[in-house]
Amino acid sequence: MIEIRNIVKQYGDKRVLDDVSTVIDKGKITSFIGPNGAGKSTLLSIVSRLIPKNSGEIIIDGKPLEKWQSNQLAKKLSILKQSNHLNIKLKIRELVSFGRFPYSNGYLTKEDEIYIDEALDYMQLRDIQNMYLDQLSGGQRQRAFIAMVLAQNTDYILLDEPLNNLDIKHSVEIMKMLRNLVDDLGKSIAIVIHDINFASCYSDHIVALKDGKIVDEGGINRIIHKDLLGQIYDMEFSIADVNNMKLCVYY
Amino acid sequence: MVKKKSIWFLAIFSIVLILLFVFWGLNSSNWRYFLSLRIPKVTALVITGVAIAFSTLLFQTLTNNRILTPSLLGLDSLYMLIQTMVIFILGSTSLILINNKINFFISVGLMLIFSSLLFKGLFKRDRSNIMFFLLFGLILGTFFQSLSTFMQMMMDPNEFLHIQDRMFASFNHINTEILIIAFIIILALVLYSIKYFKLWDVLSLGRDHAINLGLDYHKTIRNMVVIVAILVSVSTALVGPITFLGLLVVNLAREFLNTYEHKYLFIGSSLISIVALLGGQLLIERVFNFSTPISVVINLIGGVYFLYLLLKENGA
Ligand SMILES: Nc1ncnc2c1ncn2[C@@H]1O[C@H](COP(=O)(O)OP(=O)(O)OP(=O)(O)O)[C@@H](O)[C@H]1O
Ligand SMILES: [Mg+2]
Repeated sequence: MIEIRNIVKQYGDKRVLDDVSTVIDKGKITSFIGPNGAGKSTLLSIVSRLIPKNSGEIIIDGKPLEKWQSNQLAKKLSILKQSNHLNIKLKIRELVSFGRFPYSNGYLTKEDEIYIDEALDYMQLRDIQNMYLDQLSGGQRQRAFIAMVLAQNTDYILLDEPLNNLDIKHSVEIMKMLRNLVDDLGKSIAIVIHDINFASCYSDHIVALKDGKIVDEGGINRIIHKDLLGQIYDMEFSIADVNNMKLCVYY
Repeated sequence: MVKKKSIWFLAIFSIVLILLFVFWGLNSSNWRYFLSLRIPKVTALVITGVAIAFSTLLFQTLTNNRILTPSLLGLDSLYMLIQTMVIFILGSTSLILINNKINFFISVGLMLIFSSLLFKGLFKRDRSNIMFFLLFGLILGTFFQSLSTFMQMMMDPNEFLHIQDRMFASFNHINTEILIIAFIIILALVLYSIKYFKLWDVLSLGRDHAINLGLDYHKTIRNMVVIVAILVSVSTALVGPITFLGLLVVNLAREFLNTYEHKYLFIGSSLISIVALLGGQLLIERVFNFSTPISVVINLIGGVYFLYLLLKENGA
């Protein structure tokens, strides 16, 4: 379990996160939703030690974030940021191999190669594994980065808008894969996601953020509600029940 | 493996150049004299080449930028300021200027003290902003340059000639003892660094990926900055400033070898650097019989290449 306690983050005078507390539960998909600039990425970056916080505490499996050794934490928790620009020329397979760095320190073993192959297969990149990242489409590149995180094989996986650039088919496939990772392998996943219907259909728990505060959090029935969503996004929603799932209609 | 082949090719090319440099035109009557001149010179060319290639490679990984060189740290400007001040205050006949050994140690010492002051900000945990630190180095470097120029303008023109000598790297008249010391320092740094090559590969993915993969970012960066500072200080005090050589050779190595691995990039860029320096020196000295310092030629070629890189990066 990752406990997020009273996190405050300020840039100058601007409070980007204002006393945020919640948990990322084991064995669940927790989705973070909210409008642009709500502070979702900032929160994920703080949880994954990419940026410092002003105050508050992050506790991962009972141990405060500061107490974790960085290379131990890299076997426990991984993050994929919203945008990923590289300054070097890499092949897909080389990128995915980097995911094994916490275990191999750069000297890949047979076992590492197995994880790399699996991750490539999962993301359907085996055929193009020797292509350079700068020759790929946006969606293929996104899948390569997700494969790197999969190869890292951590208990907690944080993904900031993993569906970026993906077409509907691949989006559905990735959400299903995340579901499998949780249901079959017991992983715990936190994602930031803009498509509320994906959040509604695939998550166990939803946290709704706005202006650096948590407006509400809970199960699907509680959050996918027209009043709450209306309040968060300042627009009209209507919610439909389709095949036992709640879908939002907005336009 | 194309990488390995290219590296073998470069290695053989370097060795041929070294042999040519040492043995060309020797005969039974002049060999003692020529060898005593050429062996130190070739050693100086090789270790400078390695130091410059290595420091630039590290600096580019550190800053995640392919068109920067460690001259941004302001160390070459500081070196020029030290030389100018010595001549300005003590005159061109002063012991510090004439005695290469004293000059070497004073210059290296001051450059390292300056670097450590500059890094103090970076070393504090909460201030890990590299760009801030670079900007600071850049501003101080510019300040040193203006100060040097100011003193040079007030100087006797004859004294100024001595400064001009120091403005461009030169491989003539290198003191053997200094050479041995520089050689040991640079060799030690390279050997010390080998175990970090894989970490630096991860760092070249950028800060966030590196942290995600468990790198102690702060410690790694600190380590690299110290290595760069020592390399630049030693090579500058040894032969003088050669700004563009590093930029040129590291980028050529990236293009030839097409790899991100520091292991290959280090060897490749060092060899290209040796080829460029030795080849250039041979051409200038033995083919054209010019007395132009090689760094003038390298800065010219480097400058043109830099423009090419800028245009290319812009176009992409
Ligand atoms: N480095 C920074 N300096 C100043 N302000 C920042 C910085 N990074 C983020 N912010 C501000 O913090 C706020 C939250 O940003 P964040 O990236 O967390 O939003 P988000 O919820 O992920 O939005 P999006 O859906 O657009 O990705 C924004 O108002 C942004 O302007
Ligand atoms: Mg975001």
